[in-house]
Amino acid sequence: MAKKVAFLQGNEAAAQGALYAGCTFFGGYPITPSTEVAEVMSAELPKIGGKFIQMEDEIAAMAAVIGASLTGAKSLTATSGPGLSLKQELIGYACIAETPVVIYNVMRGGPSTGMPTGPSQSDVMCAKWGTHGDHPAICLVPASVQEIFEETVRAFNLAEKYRTPVMVMPDEIGAHMRERIVFPEPGELEVINRTAPSVSPAEYKPYDTKFGDVPPLAAFGSDYRFHVTGLNKAEDGFPTTKATLVQAEEERQIRKVDANIDDIVTFEEYMLDDAEVAIVAFGSTSRSARFAVNEARKQGIKAGLFRIKTFWPFPDKQIAALAGKVKAFITPEMNLGMCTGEVKRCVEGKASVTGIFRVDGEPINPGQILEMIKEVK
Amino acid sequence: MAFDYDKYIRPGKLPHIWCPGCGHGIVMKGLIRAIDTCGLEKNNTAIVSGIGCASRLPGYLDFCTLHTAHGRAAAFATGVKMAKPEMNVILVGGDGDGTAIGGNHFIHACRRNIDMTYIIMNNNIYGMTGGQFSPCTPTGAKASTTPYGNPDPAFDIAKLAIGAGATFVARGTAYHATQIDKLITEAIQHKGFSVVEILDDCPTTYGRRNKFKSVIEMMNRLKDVAVPVKAAEKMTAEQLQGKILTGVLYKEERPNYTDEYAKVIARAK
Amino acid sequence: MSQRYEIRFSGAGGQGLILAGVIMAEAASIYDGKQAVQSQSYGPEARGGASKSEVIISDSAIDYPKATVVDALLALTQEAADKYSHDLKEGGVLLIDSDMVKNIPAGNFKTVAFPIINTAKNDVGREIVANIVALGAMVALTEVVTKEGAEKAVLARVPEAFVELNKKAFQMGYEKAIAARA
Repeated sequence: MAKKVAFLQGNEAAAQGALYAGCTFFGGYPITPSTEVAEVMSAELPKIGGKFIQMEDEIAAMAAVIGASLTGAKSLTATSGPGLSLKQELIGYACIAETPVVIYNVMRGGPSTGMPTGPSQSDVMCAKWGTHGDHPAICLVPASVQEIFEETVRAFNLAEKYRTPVMVMPDEIGAHMRERIVFPEPGELEVINRTAPSVSPAEYKPYDTKFGDVPPLAAFGSDYRFHVTGLNKAEDGFPTTKATLVQAEEERQIRKVDANIDDIVTFEEYMLDDAEVAIVAFGSTSRSARFAVNEARKQGIKAGLFRIKTFWPFPDKQIAALAGKVKAFITPEMNLGMCTGEVKRCVEGKASVTGIFRVDGEPINPGQILEMIKEVK
Repeated sequence: MAFDYDKYIRPGKLPHIWCPGCGHGIVMKGLIRAIDTCGLEKNNTAIVSGIGCASRLPGYLDFCTLHTAHGRAAAFATGVKMAKPEMNVILVGGDGDGTAIGGNHFIHACRRNIDMTYIIMNNNIYGMTGGQFSPCTPTGAKASTTPYGNPDPAFDIAKLAIGAGATFVARGTAYHATQIDKLITEAIQHKGFSVVEILDDCPTTYGRRNKFKSVIEMMNRLKDVAVPVKAAEKMTAEQLQGKILTGVLYKEERPNYTDEYAKVIARAK
Repeated sequence: MSQRYEIRFSGAGGQGLILAGVIMAEAASIYDGKQAVQSQSYGPEARGGASKSEVIISDSAIDYPKATVVDALLALTQEAADKYSHDLKEGGVLLIDSDMVKNIPAGNFKTVAFPIINTAKNDVGREIVANIVALGAMVALTEVVTKEGAEKAVLARVPEAFVELNKKAFQMGYEKAIAARA
């Protein structure tokens, strides 16, 4: 049987990806340019007995998805820059309480209200540093409608596997453009569910490291009763200020991601084998970059593309390896140098790194990148 | 036979953090008695709170307990209740947590009439942070941030709840301990969003700044200002001056949120 | 056609141009087996203001999803014609509503003009299908999607009750464009 195809908008694909992953709860607040996700979820979730709720503000939406997740429901919220700023308080809560949730954030111009309908890639630092305190961060940056679907599925998998919030962050171009999408059959993409406790309710502790860095999570309303708090907690979930426990707990939370970087980080290498110039790009900008690489190759210039698919954790190892091979890096991005700084950190001066920055609400076009390739080659 | 509170207290979690003379413990015991009267199953009951002294209450009780962020209890609880409507959801917290930083979530929970019970312990002050004035601090009162007297008018929590659409609103005091469980019982049994405000005392950060010589004096004030709604009906406006009504202040039957959403599911299917 | 073909539908917000672009792209990618990307940009206005919907069609994978050099431009308002014709390529197709666009953009274009909105209003019977009249005309003039594919795409998008109306609008646009080009 032929696979189901459709011509979908990025935001619609995100909603479909969430449903594929088994999402049964959406809590949101209207915000351009991500509202289509809420619209699709409001129509689709009740059909499968799931729940959609439009909350009174962005913080409440974040609170609702954490609450729902604690009952065992795979939960999604969708927002954009101003909403992401507001949600930071409770993103930190989800980190410390180790509650799986997916935050789909469409990047528009900023700071503040900025350019609501203009594309941007300037939320990537907010994704890692937006909430206070040390905490893990996973942030995926898809570049096509098909990939938004697939990466939303993967975001749920990572959230469930590592008991942590995961962000999917297309730019406004990816979120609003339409492309053909081929729907995977059920079972074709891996779908991961959180590990249920294997011990009796009496023995259960929600942060029991006997089971490794990612302890099993029970559900409210099941046979298990437990306490959840935003305070630093001991293995039993109750607040503690005991120095050794707090230190170990904080380090374990970071380690959940750091020790599994190879499982989490994804990227795509294009024409890099013999490249002298490497473009490092993500989201819709990577599409301009690929176009420019193809043009450069036609003109005999050895250019290649390293496409970041997982922005956090950052592909440090891969960029560092590339720094030993290429002469120059170009980092086009719709912000004033956020990815460029990370690339420079990894390159450690072994090659030149030149950014192309646009924050005017217009995409970086292939011509701009091609010109820069010629300049730095 | 004396009531067995231990059945509902988490082993090893007492003593609590509350100061001597604080009324929160009285409210907690009232809540336990109400839960017992209503026969709520521990596994099927979530107790959700925000941040502050009163919000530490869930940690002491043996239920599914969720100590959230400052002001956010109602929003977290809404997620729990929506995802699992068959669960009993009870919120607890203080006046600053619920009506200042959590004010927006509070009024919207009232508006939705989502079937949860919210117990607000109103001690007129931010106690945990050392006694700053809250939206419920009386005008003129002293707090650590109103050294010249509070210029702000105070919220009437019950009126706020009624205005926002809560379908059961009651008020008690920490002095009238035996009334507390009756009000909470009725609130839990009510189908819809129910609010129980308990006038409480904070001798440590409010009493000492406002010329209360002792906890007993604070408790006596609660006794003196409280007038049951029934008794108030026979009193003149003059007699009611400076008094605060207690008992069930408002009750109506209105479709509740999760039942209405069940209809949405039926329509969508 | 292995090259990119770039089409821009422009006019005012509320004229259904985003939908026209979506249908064109669906014709290419769902019914004709090509690759297509549709994108749009708009201001804060839900109605009025200049609005554009861009479609890139290619036989191979499409990298850059926005227009680079436009092969065909539809302009339903003077504002859109002024604002969006600057990157129409030499020899490209320019379709304008002859009632709405009086100052025809200067350039070496294959300009085709007929009263698009008026056709929808008086010949088809409903102004609301002006976008489908325009779509039929663009399908005829660009020849990048098949007429059959485009018709299927139109019918897949419209409610049952409006099938005949839209069929008529599409056909009318298609025919009038050919007549106007001749």
